[in-house]
Amino acid sequence: MENNGWNEFEIGAMLRTFDGAIEDIAGTRQEDRNYTQNSSFTASVADWRLEKPVFNKDYCIDCQFCWVYCPDISIISRDKKVIGVDMDHCKGCGICVEVCPTNPKSLLMFSEQTDEESAIAGWPTKEDKEK
Amino acid sequence: MAFDKLELNETEVWDGNHAAAQALRQAQVDVVSAYPITPSTAIVEGYAKFKSDNLVEGEFVMVESEHAAMSGCIGAAAAGGRVATATASQGLALMAETLYQASGMRLPIVLNIVNRALAAPLNVNCDHSDMYMVRDSGWIQFDAFNPQEAYDLNLIAFKVAEDHDVRLPVVVNQDGFLTSHTAQGIHPLSDDDAYNFVGEYKPMNDMLDFENPVTHGVQTEEDWHFEHKARQHSDTMNIVPGKIDEVFAEFEKLSGRKYSQLECYNMDDADVAVVCMGTSVETAREVALEMREKGIKAGVVGIRVLRPFPFANIAEVLKDIKAVAALDRSAPGGAAGALFNEIAGALFNTDSKMLLSGYIYGLGGRDLTKKHLVDLYTELQANADAGKLLTQQQQFIGVRGPKLAFL
Repeated sequence: MENNGWNEFEIGAMLRTFDGAIEDIAGTRQEDRNYTQNSSFTASVADWRLEKPVFNKDYCIDCQFCWVYCPDISIISRDKKVIGVDMDHCKGCGICVEVCPTNPKSLLMFSEQTDEESAIAGWPTKEDKEK
Repeated sequence: MAFDKLELNETEVWDGNHAAAQALRQAQVDVVSAYPITPSTAIVEGYAKFKSDNLVEGEFVMVESEHAAMSGCIGAAAAGGRVATATASQGLALMAETLYQASGMRLPIVLNIVNRALAAPLNVNCDHSDMYMVRDSGWIQFDAFNPQEAYDLNLIAFKVAEDHDVRLPVVVNQDGFLTSHTAQGIHPLSDDDAYNFVGEYKPMNDMLDFENPVTHGVQTEEDWHFEHKARQHSDTMNIVPGKIDEVFAEFEKLSGRKYSQLECYNMDDADVAVVCMGTSVETAREVALEMREKGIKAGVVGIRVLRPFPFANIAEVLKDIKAVAALDRSAPGGAAGALFNEIAGALFNTDSKMLLSGYIYGLGGRDLTKKHLVDLYTELQANADAGKLLTQQQQFIGVRGPKLAFL
């Protein structure tokens, strides 16, 4: 954000989300919206994260629990199919992993340094239910 | 319109609280978010009754504290409504945090403060300690000396506050009980004239504009906070005084009642003058006339606009006066009174040889009598004759016990 002088901004402790008006916000995907620099959408908070969720589509049943429960709208879902995690805004809280009902889970937490391929390669197998 | 108008008489008998409530009705306030406190309760109660009688269309929000009352006003104002409330004393103290939010967010809220002492000891009567407590909160502050002015200044307040170059909240002060509960003959405007004067509310960056979403009340740290405060102060100092004069002039055209940032009475040829606020102005005016019969050229300056303080105006008015008394109706807490300081600051770097003395008076509703003011003018004349202060700079009027004098 530019370091403007005291006379170079709009009054009030007020920031605009978009450059110009937006008419159909519900029908416009985030990537197609004209966010300003002031919007949290354009700010990365990835460095708040200690652990990251990795998504494994092989086990996902598209129940959308993770999408519903994510407090930062960071589960990206298209046509009711999860396609990944918004890693600029995910803060690594692990709620998506907690609510995932599949066996094994379709989302698991890994250290920030783990690459996705090795995470998927070492994915746990189905756990037997205790009888 | 879905509500009924009131046919008002040319002269109505209203106290200050009812006068303010009538002004809120005529301005067609959208939201009043309020918590009751003596002596201000009748203002918000009055709006609530008007609403239940279908005389105004709006929302009355009963909340759990004054902190919540102003928070509700802030939310409603940010959403894009015309908003007002009222409080006093302890209630204002609890509201204080949110007052700074309102002004920093540049929300045009109108707050009636019915001036009352701050505890301890607990006291419901008039002094100006609540007014003084929030004088640096970034709000424009008007002071009414009687019920008529409480009515007029409420209408004026909306018009000043809501101007898009101003967008600052406004306090309208009136003396607790002395004004708020004293019924006098009032000349109201008709409902149509009053509303047309205030004008339709013009939203600015309102949250209910869904095509232009905004975030209100953002956080800034060392990188931006200072610029926001500087902008607010600059607008308060450079834009607000001119806008107030403009609205005062427009109101005079409509009502015939003339307002000025400083109300000056018999000041043109005065040797000695009292500067004060609230109902004391009217007592001082009466005594000044009586002093003139005794050969003392006495004048009175009433502070109509406490913030932004009219520095240039007061320097101009007082520069040739020989002796001036600044009357502060608030315990000074280890300093000179606020008015004393403002006046001293306004005159300090000028050629004026004015002798300035400060007086603390009227705390907790203690009367300021005509006798007090006769003695005061006599003392000022003695200072003027001697060409120097014959007393210390700070004295107390009307307190029992040994004489108090400081500084």
